[in-house]
Amino acid sequence: MTTSSLQPPGERVLPARPGWPDATGHFGVFGGRFVPEALIAALDELTEAYEAMRVDPAFLTEFDALQRDYTGRPSPITEVPRFAGHAGGARILLKREDLNHTGSHKINNVLGQALLTKRIGKTRVIAETGAGQHGVATATAAALMGLSCTVYMGEEDTRRQALNVARMRLLGAEVIPVTTGSRTLKDAINEAFRDWVTNVETTNYVFGTVAGPHPFPAMVRDFQRVIGDEARAQVLEREGRLPDAVLACVGGGSNAIGIFTAFVPDDGVRLVGLEAGGDGVDTGRHAATITGGSPGVLHGARSYLLQDDNGQTIESHSISAGLDYPGVGPEHSYLHDIGRAEYRPVTDAEAMEAFALLCRTEGIIPAIESAHALAGAMVLGQELGPEALLLVNLSGRGDKDVETASRWFGLGDREEVDPGPGLDTDQQPTEGAVTQGDAVAGPDAGESA
Amino acid sequence: MSSQLAERIGTAKAEGRAALIAYVPVGYPDVEGSIAAMVAAVEAGADVVEVGVPYSDPGMDGPVIQQAVDVAVRAGVGMTDVLRAVEAVAAAGAVPVVMSYWNPIERYGVPRFATDLAAAGGAGAITPDLIPDEAAAWLGAAEGADLDRVFLVAPSSTEARLRSTTAACRGFVYAASTMGVTGTRATVGDAAEKLVARTREARPDLAVCVGLGVSNGHQAAEVAAFADGVIVGSAYVRELLEGRGTDGVRRLTEDLARGVKGHNGHLGRSEGKA
Repeated sequence: MTTSSLQPPGERVLPARPGWPDATGHFGVFGGRFVPEALIAALDELTEAYEAMRVDPAFLTEFDALQRDYTGRPSPITEVPRFAGHAGGARILLKREDLNHTGSHKINNVLGQALLTKRIGKTRVIAETGAGQHGVATATAAALMGLSCTVYMGEEDTRRQALNVARMRLLGAEVIPVTTGSRTLKDAINEAFRDWVTNVETTNYVFGTVAGPHPFPAMVRDFQRVIGDEARAQVLEREGRLPDAVLACVGGGSNAIGIFTAFVPDDGVRLVGLEAGGDGVDTGRHAATITGGSPGVLHGARSYLLQDDNGQTIESHSISAGLDYPGVGPEHSYLHDIGRAEYRPVTDAEAMEAFALLCRTEGIIPAIESAHALAGAMVLGQELGPEALLLVNLSGRGDKDVETASRWFGLGDREEVDPGPGLDTDQQPTEGAVTQGDAVAGPDAGESA
Repeated sequence: MSSQLAERIGTAKAEGRAALIAYVPVGYPDVEGSIAAMVAAVEAGADVVEVGVPYSDPGMDGPVIQQAVDVAVRAGVGMTDVLRAVEAVAAAGAVPVVMSYWNPIERYGVPRFATDLAAAGGAGAITPDLIPDEAAAWLGAAEGADLDRVFLVAPSSTEARLRSTTAACRGFVYAASTMGVTGTRATVGDAAEKLVARTREARPDLAVCVGLGVSNGHQAAEVAAFADGVIVGSAYVRELLEGRGTDGVRRLTEDLARGVKGHNGHLGRSEGKA
């Protein structure tokens, strides 16, 4: 079976949706709409317009053309054998969303929502952003389609992701640093909702992930599923079989849902989401929502979240701004509860080890978010052994992370970087292959550099 | 059984005025200070006190309320403190109604919340981010404990939603007068009056109270001319944030209480209709 996304536009057939959510946006007990009444009319309008648009041949033609000619789809699959040498010898294929225009999977969703914004006659878009990738993608689509654009970003994240702030401003977007709460993605979403409820007549909220109130989780999934639709066909064509496991990092979870969806009916394919374990789930300083959280309501939907006994959201912690979120999309909670997907934590240190390894073994600088998926593949590969075929979503590129990574590895002020020994060998990472040498010292090195 | 809120709003109506509803979040400046402010508001003429449950992600609130509840959240204020405030308001002679985003109630346990709230003398709860469509558990528990449930309507609500939302309400319906977050505003605007009229049409026997933006007696008088109750939140919180404490709360309440009787408050402008 081939997927429709590789067919020419004239033959476009919409892939079948999973049997969820229901008509009111529920994935089992998760999802729904927990928002002020003032937003219901806008959510209804969006739902109705989207359902009409998604089957409209004119839209599909325009959308497919943008994906091909502007984003550069389909994104390729790259096998990474030198990296896989550190993953128990399992074969690892990367789905290269990092090669999309703007540098991540976020553009897939944003082009769809920007077209929808035009269709419902609104002239302004707002967005929240964590790492800045969704903000950059939204600013890009707004520039392309002549929409005015405001992006809310936690002040802490504007500092961590200064490059992306500059990119958004160059693209003509207004970036508003959010100084409430934990000053990260969670608070940026609160501010974006406040803006939306105030300016809903002119403004569409371009939500960046598969969370939030209905229809966002289903709509963003539909726009992101192209990742898995393409990858499934590409792997089948290349290997004559499906992968044993599909891995992706999970913050809100849009790149993971994007690559999982096509594989959900394939019972033999394990779906593995890698959550940000921060300093370790047992330290309490993490963003591993499903691993370490409990069901509740946040940002318009019922899902797993990090909360205390009073139902207050607990601030999350991760080196990765894009995963630093105490909630998760409701479909992930559902896939977890029905046992179709598994979710594992990856610590900052493990993610950075995988980050360095991919740089040094394959010449690909991944986003720190995506490095969590790579770290998960290193562990799963060792569990499954050399016969295993793993598909990893490389959701974004790491240009935005060079400063964070340089600080982590203590590269900041060095005039000359010694790559250190060991990276060309087949040593297992547990032997310290990536942490040897000056170039990839521990997180504290940066402080003294 | 009967609705405490409907009864109290009915009493005000019988006196030829709108009810005055004061929102004070529990835990600012601290739990005791917030309870003292609630009691001061009751003594100075508030009919109903919205006992606010602090929440870490108050998506419908503007900066004034955010600032106060942030302090309360950081101090670990929880439902036990809220229930204590409910008891204090009831003892002072006003009707307490809890105002809470949904997650703190869900986390506490919906049936447990209903039982404990009723035991504390609370009338029920206002749930700004819970629409009736998602409220099956709460509606069941509230019915079982004979509690009021107040949902919101907004200028953007369609006629169908005005009907379904008001049908699910008991006590009153909260008309969010403007599209936006909480906070004081210079004018309340025509949208409120239109919304109240449309809401009454959807369900004529339900009291309609107006919130968002009322901060002084003048505005209260304006709203009292067309609504059954006037809800004031940010103006109370501002009194506390700016350190005027229970004296400030008392003065504000007296001004608002004149307003709901149809007299322009002395803090307001003079040209308003009454």
